Amino acid sequence: MSNAFIAFQKNDESRCIVEAILEDNPNAMVDDQPSMVKIDVPNRLVIKRETVEEKIGRSFDLQELQLHLITISGHLDETDDEFTLSWNS
Amino acid sequence: MDMKVAKKLGLKERYALMTRDLAWDTTYQKMEDVFPQTTYEGIKIHDWDKWEDPFRLTMDAYWKYQSEKERKLYAILDGFNQNNGHLSVTDARYINVLKLFLGSTPPLELMAARGFSMMGRQMNGAGPRVACQMQAVDEYRHFQTQIHSISNYNKYYNGMDEFAHQQSRMWYLSDGKSFFDDAITAGPFEFMVAIGFAFEYVLTNILFVPFISGAAYNGDMAAMTVGFSAQSDEARHMTLGLECIKFMLEQDPDNLPIVQRWIDKWTWRGTRKLASVGMMMDYMLPKRIMSFKEAWEMYVEENGGALFKDLARYGITIPKCFSQTIEEKEHVSHQSWIGFYMKPQATPFHTWIPTPDEMDWLSEKYPNTFDQYYRPVLEFFDAQEKAGNRFDNKTAPMNCQVCVSTMKFNEPGDPMEMCFRESIYQGEKFHTCSDHCKEIFDNEPEKYVQTFISSHQVLQGNCEPDGVDVNAPDFKPGQDMLGYWKLDKRALGDFNGSEDQKNFAAWREQATKN
Amino acid sequence: MTMLKTLAPYEFKSRDAVENYQGRQLLYVNWERHRMFSRPFVLAMKPETPFSAVLEEMAACFSYHPDWQHIDWDKAIWQNGNTPFTPDRNKSLKDNGIGHKDLIRFRTPGLDGIAGTGY
Ligand SMILES: [Fe+2]
Ligand SMILES: [Fe+2]
Ligand SMILES: [Zn+2]
Repeated sequence: MSNAFIAFQKNDESRCIVEAILEDNPNAMVDDQPSMVKIDVPNRLVIKRETVEEKIGRSFDLQELQLHLITISGHLDETDDEFTLSWNS
Repeated sequence: MDMKVAKKLGLKERYALMTRDLAWDTTYQKMEDVFPQTTYEGIKIHDWDKWEDPFRLTMDAYWKYQSEKERKLYAILDGFNQNNGHLSVTDARYINVLKLFLGSTPPLELMAARGFSMMGRQMNGAGPRVACQMQAVDEYRHFQTQIHSISNYNKYYNGMDEFAHQQSRMWYLSDGKSFFDDAITAGPFEFMVAIGFAFEYVLTNILFVPFISGAAYNGDMAAMTVGFSAQSDEARHMTLGLECIKFMLEQDPDNLPIVQRWIDKWTWRGTRKLASVGMMMDYMLPKRIMSFKEAWEMYVEENGGALFKDLARYGITIPKCFSQTIEEKEHVSHQSWIGFYMKPQATPFHTWIPTPDEMDWLSEKYPNTFDQYYRPVLEFFDAQEKAGNRFDNKTAPMNCQVCVSTMKFNEPGDPMEMCFRESIYQGEKFHTCSDHCKEIFDNEPEKYVQTFISSHQVLQGNCEPDGVDVNAPDFKPGQDMLGYWKLDKRALGDFNGSEDQKNFAAWREQATKN
Repeated sequence: MTMLKTLAPYEFKSRDAVENYQGRQLLYVNWERHRMFSRPFVLAMKPETPFSAVLEEMAACFSYHPDWQHIDWDKAIWQNGNTPFTPDRNKSLKDNGIGHKDLIRFRTPGLDGIAGTGY
């Protein structure tokens, strides 16, 4: 099984996004690096709009992820409610 | 009172309306005449509408987010510059990595902008056309912002001002230039595998993630912000490359062998291009977060491996070169640094021998190779330099006909032996650095016989500064390479004793005392 | 067989064809197991040049290496590409069978670089 991953620049908004990811992906592994954070999840990583909104305390458009993203791994599917990275193998 | 407001359109509907629905098939001219490039490579496409950008990014959202990225970026750059940020980097050796980055990277971003502008015209489907146009604008932005962010250093340090002149002339910039020239002169689908897949998916992860995180670790907020800002676009670019590969494989089973050959070729060309990034991470960052080898394992072996495993369902196999790249990750950064160290009069940046602490770090990170092959020669160089006999190899290099790297790699399985391969084409010998470059040459010799090898061009008399009479009876080629390259003499030589070293120390002293 | 595919006729000359070198030819020289020099070096010489001129260029570059002065020239092994040959220093490149873009690989048995590392 391969890991899907995502990395963000460290800032206040991405801190909330990371909290949301940890809540929605129980197998998530956090790798803290200088000025960035990388999160690996076996096979499938999901970011849910609702959870991010809860953490960040305002409405959130998943396309705002574009501002903080550094890199991703996995096939992407983005809808209004979920941003998913997954491997088929 | 509860009131149901008409909900705005969902992402999928918005994307469909604003991309595919704005495109049309031509009627005055045949579609195949308007889009001739997408058929000649042999790739068969039956339904262009099957290609959808998974980010579902529409042009209006694109402008909105990109402008916000730019505002953030320039706010940080201004703050960094107003605060004499250049004096907050770990030590002045660090600035040399920026000089190398400036010469090698922004010009390639510009080539990517050109290439994706072409793709935005050549692709039949509206989905890929829009995504390619966005990527072209992104790449132009990377080209500009990288130069902007480094321009502040140019006010203080030597060797940065002629990077544009040097791009197509300097010996060590040929590998990157050749990578993009090869890609852009291929057809659109091969270009997408070369840049969208190999460059974006494999290379930029190493260049912009661990290396830029390393820049941050060394106190360079300017490079950090510009690097991460660029990389935030790369996530979209990788997705485009990956979608293109899946699209070709899903459209027709006949596409498989063609795509496989391109994956094999471009994974290898990308690997060769990364040798100098390895040296930037292992030798040029005064403070290191991870070795090139560790970055390779994380971003190429694991991440690339995950991708190839995933693509196995279409019949794709792991690129032939993969096992050689795994062997070479222990060697290339050291071999590259030695290659640059020995040419102190031929680069606009300084080189040096790592300190004893730094050598210990290298031993720890490279337990299988560093002490056995590389430490003794580095210690020899160090002793020679201290005795006033600094190494300066004045000869001109032999290069690989395909990747245009200098021929500095070892025979697989034997780190003490050099690797040479040769082919004969139309009675002429052509040398390559590896089995993989040889195979690329043999597949398309008509293309690679044209390779521009700078040391050969010098010997043909094509590399002279303005004003030299090449027809004079006593003309000898290559007598004024510094003039031809426009190399600033202050930027040459060992870091020890350089003007940058002295200035940085003096300015830092001023910044901390009255 | 070529795999090249193009939209139009595609014919370009080799950029390094021998006629581009004004009567000279390219020659590469490598000292095996002395990788301190990173890669072979390249020369452009007339085919009539005596091989001794190559030896002079080798000395100019390679003598920086402490092994250089220990070479037993009678034991040196020479290859042109992968083919062994014995150069005659007084004969020309041509008479030594050296052509355009040949690679001379020079081996010095017993000398394996700094501390035997191959460097
Ligand atoms: Fe870019
Ligand atoms: Fe890109
Ligand atoms: Zn090569």
